[in-house]
Amino acid sequence: MSMFLDTLWLIPVFPLLGAALMMLLGRHQYLDPQEQSGPAAHGHHHDGGHDQDLRPRQGLRWLIGPLCSGFVLLSFLWSLGAVLAGRREQVLFTWVAGLPFPAFDGRMVQLTADWGYLLDPVSAVMILMVTGIGFLIHVYSIAYMAHDGGLYRYFGCLNLFVFFMLVLVMANNYLLLFVGWEGVGLASYLLIGFYFKRKTATDAAMKAFLMNRVGDAGYLLGLLFLLSIFGTLRFTAIEAAAHPLLPWATGLLLLGAVGKSAQIPLFPWLPDAMEGPTPVSALMHAATMVTAGVYLVVRAEPLYRLTPEVGGVAAGLGAATAVAAALMALTQHDIKKVLAYSTVSQLGLMFLALGVGAYWAALFHVVTHAFFKAQLFLGAGSVIHALDGEQDMRRMGGLRRRMPQTFRTMVMGALALAGWPGLAGFFSKDSILTAVWAASPALFAAGLLTALLTAFYMGRLCLLVFWGEYRGGRHVHESSKRMTVPLWVLNLGSVGAGWFAAPFAGWLGASAEPHSLGIMAASGVVAVAGLGGAYRVYGGGAGHGWAEGEGGLARWLRAGCGVDGFYQLAVVRGMARGGGAWLAAWDRGVIDGGVDGAGWLGRRLGAISKWSDTWMVDGAVRLTAFSVKAASFPVRYLQSGMTQSYGVVIVLSLAAMAGWYLWRSA
Amino acid sequence: MHYVAVSLGLLLIGTAGLLLRRNIVIILMSIELILNAVNLNLVAFARHHGNAAGQVFALFVIAVAVAEAAVGLGILLALYRNRETVQVDEIDLLKW
Amino acid sequence: MTLDTLFFYAFTTLTLGGAALAVTRPSAVHAAIALMVSLLGVAGLYLQLTAEFLFVTQIILYIGGILLLFLFVIMLVNLDAGRGLRQFHRRWPVGAAVTAVAGVVLAVLGSRVQLPPAQRMPETGNVELVADTLLQDYLVPFEVVSLLLLVAVVGSVLLGRKRA
Repeated sequence: MSMFLDTLWLIPVFPLLGAALMMLLGRHQYLDPQEQSGPAAHGHHHDGGHDQDLRPRQGLRWLIGPLCSGFVLLSFLWSLGAVLAGRREQVLFTWVAGLPFPAFDGRMVQLTADWGYLLDPVSAVMILMVTGIGFLIHVYSIAYMAHDGGLYRYFGCLNLFVFFMLVLVMANNYLLLFVGWEGVGLASYLLIGFYFKRKTATDAAMKAFLMNRVGDAGYLLGLLFLLSIFGTLRFTAIEAAAHPLLPWATGLLLLGAVGKSAQIPLFPWLPDAMEGPTPVSALMHAATMVTAGVYLVVRAEPLYRLTPEVGGVAAGLGAATAVAAALMALTQHDIKKVLAYSTVSQLGLMFLALGVGAYWAALFHVVTHAFFKAQLFLGAGSVIHALDGEQDMRRMGGLRRRMPQTFRTMVMGALALAGWPGLAGFFSKDSILTAVWAASPALFAAGLLTALLTAFYMGRLCLLVFWGEYRGGRHVHESSKRMTVPLWVLNLGSVGAGWFAAPFAGWLGASAEPHSLGIMAASGVVAVAGLGGAYRVYGGGAGHGWAEGEGGLARWLRAGCGVDGFYQLAVVRGMARGGGAWLAAWDRGVIDGGVDGAGWLGRRLGAISKWSDTWMVDGAVRLTAFSVKAASFPVRYLQSGMTQSYGVVIVLSLAAMAGWYLWRSA
Repeated sequence: MHYVAVSLGLLLIGTAGLLLRRNIVIILMSIELILNAVNLNLVAFARHHGNAAGQVFALFVIAVAVAEAAVGLGILLALYRNRETVQVDEIDLLKW
Repeated sequence: MTLDTLFFYAFTTLTLGGAALAVTRPSAVHAAIALMVSLLGVAGLYLQLTAEFLFVTQIILYIGGILLLFLFVIMLVNLDAGRGLRQFHRRWPVGAAVTAVAGVVLAVLGSRVQLPPAQRMPETGNVELVADTLLQDYLVPFEVVSLLLLVAVVGSVLLGRKRA
């Protein structure tokens, strides 16, 4: 078994291999003839919802999906072997070799980082989750994407994502983690913009990328703080100790996590990210990538334990996000947007747990949430696929009889998310609520409210989609086995994962607090009440509830509480207008303030290098430039770009040379 | 010696064409004329010196002229496709 | 006046007259025809200089090859559209003056050159002589030129492609 540990480095190599194969050879027409015509202009162009490939198989196109899925499966099996074999920290090579730079207090620290992998319980959980769920979603995608052009691009990016996600969770230092962090951002950008002929998709991709940049800036600054404080970035080498600057480091890292995990105020990119193909939403924007923020905080757990005030901020943000996003989910018409806001809300719950110090509970919720949210997204994908790309729940309904497999799995997933007693979501949510109760009753109330709202909007979703009469006009039929089988496999997790809370906590070296019967009862009652409420409003089929209305509040919530509008106004339009007075003031006050703060740090850190930069490097460069400019003063104007002017010069110089020769010989 | 005079005349006509005309094709032709003037000179001196080195050199010049004409005309075609003009003074992209 | 001198002046007239026409005719096709005349004159001069091989090469390569290429391109880009336009560069006096200066300087230079006494050509045939010189003394440049031609072929194909 130690073979798997010795070859730990192979785990991310498999999907990288797949990505490289796809990116390098994918455009070859044998592999993907349809790419010649590009992807469909609108997301779905299925032939009446048929899953079987109606066209004759072209070239080796059919091989792409299974090949890439196979790489991920290999990765999964390998990591399973490694996890069963034990723990290991494996340094492959020195990546950044000793870059000395002055810390804030004048000490010189070495910026060193290895390219190394760390397999410990926390990363093991994430690795298995990423590869396992990743594999299922790959399999599902084979059928789902069968009719789309650019298949190689799709699977190549998906494999690339798995690679970077594995680098992210296996990294043994903060710098390598950042590589994966940026890499998944790139893969996310590529896949959100997969249907690049659709402007909304490319805009959404851009938005996700830019919003993540804000968080990433925080991450990088946090990294510098950490390096200054501890002199190393390696997880296992950092000896947590209180330090006056530590809150800065953890706070900035938290900003990075907030960006990646779509918390207030950086959440609007996630609902927009639903422009990508649905399996992508399931894998990246629900199950794995967005939980990277949670993973980061869990990774830095010893540091956060020392800075409870930052934890307080995280808890507050999480609670606010959880409630607000749940309210927003309540009013969405688009089935994927409901799930997207629900993801934001659940991530909020995880941050709440992190904030109160229940790290294992947050991670546990990450795992269970990955199961049922992936299941829900894939189920939604199956519905959308069957309806030719219809995403509006107002034009669904009554699909219970037409799509029995999808119906069953999706309702199970919804119940799990709503926290039906006995299912996965119930236990993980309960773990969080138990921890929160010990910390603060107000936050507990927020968590309970979120649970209630969650149950309500999941009930609403299921009732609108599966009960009542069908309100659209298409021929609907069940998706193929290749799509429903992954749903059932995920269902196992959604149903069963909850029972392993205590072993899970034990494995992570934490102790699960005993479940209090009162809290269990409260969360159970809340879940049932939410579902019941949903049935009361939507039981009759098409919804006539307040959430369907066009009232001001509903519209406002549906639009994401106007955060988008705010960004549009303050950032996009402000910039476009070239900076009004207000924007200039904002710029000076807030952004410049931040930049100045960073600059102050940079100045302190780099006093020496700055001096040499200004006077030696810059000076030399400017001197060269100036002397060239001065020397070229009259000559420059000879260069008119006219070929014949050059010809004149050539002939003239020829004549001059001949003349000089004459003069010499005369 | 008369050959050198002819060569000089050819060279001057070629130079004049090179410097005065606007049409790129004719400018390329002028370059051919200049190369021919050089060749004539080379052959004349080869005759004078009584060996074939000059003639071989002229052969090389012809080879270079062929390459020059091929590439030059290729550039001309690409240029015409992009700029719809063969007037050399309308092309001044090589500016400082 | 020997026959040789007569032919020399005839060919000179062809060469210079053709060249003069080539650089002054507004029509590119006419210019190409005039260029052909001029090249033929040069070929004749080669013949007079006992460079038979070059004479043949001149006719085959220049007139058969390069000139044909020019004509093709002229047809391709419809150069005669530019017929009615101004034919000379706006700053032509500069060019003319520079040409004149260069001509005077070169002429003076040429008139002052002291040549060594003329040698006789070897009695072997011209083609053998050229072949010996080319393939014995100048083998490496010969190969390099072949490489240059290959590059030029590839380059011009690349340049001439539709969507370059």
